[in-house]
Amino acid sequence: MTTDVWIFLGLAAIALASAISMLVSRNAVYSALFLVLNFVAVAVLYLLLNAAFIALVQVTVYAGAIMVLFLFVIMLLGAERLDTERALKWQQPAAAVLGVALLAEMAMVFFRGAGGPTAPSAVLGGAFGSPTAVGRLLFSSYVLPFEVTSVVLLAAMVGAIVLAREERGRRGEKP
Amino acid sequence: MSIPTDYLLALSVVLFVLGILGVLVRRNAIVVFMSIELMLNAANLALIAFARQAQDLIGQVLVFFVIAVAAAEVAVGLALIVTIFKSKHSIDIDQVSGLRG
Repeated sequence: MTTDVWIFLGLAAIALASAISMLVSRNAVYSALFLVLNFVAVAVLYLLLNAAFIALVQVTVYAGAIMVLFLFVIMLLGAERLDTERALKWQQPAAAVLGVALLAEMAMVFFRGAGGPTAPSAVLGGAFGSPTAVGRLLFSSYVLPFEVTSVVLLAAMVGAIVLAREERGRRGEKP
Repeated sequence: MSIPTDYLLALSVVLFVLGILGVLVRRNAIVVFMSIELMLNAANLALIAFARQAQDLIGQVLVFFVIAVAAAEVAVGLALIVTIFKSKHSIDIDQVSGLRG
């Protein structure tokens, strides 16, 4: 067990604990904050995996922008808690059974063909996964998808504005 | 020795299943949405692990696009939740049963 593996185990414990806490906390604000912790733990893990650029994107976009949006909507709606009665009694046990079944199935598919733990045997050079290399790939071979991404973001922005605005025009048309 | 890919895949699988459980169990629409983000995150972790295993940067580029699309998805999804809240005055997903036959 080398240092990297110990760091991985610590980060994995943080990620799992924060994910479970997100599921069980009754307050949606706590859920959001636990999810931020989870994203940051995974981002540090990306740093260990030669993915510095993705780690920083994860922190700025996921843990930053997206979670701020979540917290903003939670506080805007005042929807931290739901105290209503559960409508379907059998939902929780059924979800637990299905979740365990899915876990077993995914573990089987993933590890059936694998013969023991594998890691990249060759020592990866410092250039692999550097922001320079990723950026060069992004702006050469994948420049068209990159530009399409901007169109997707624009469409999402317009869609969000259209969905969330006050419908003054339609209200005015009503007799 | 660096981190074995199998460990990363195991973490990814467990995080994904936790996300699935969140979608199935929780009724707060915002928490359900956050669970979907958790699943995307687990898939990203698997992609990064495979990119390192194959020593190919395409996996990292794909993760970049996944994150960008997730940002767009969150913007539209939260706008939908706000709209649902305006009409139903609740974000309990059990209340949103207008399509039940």
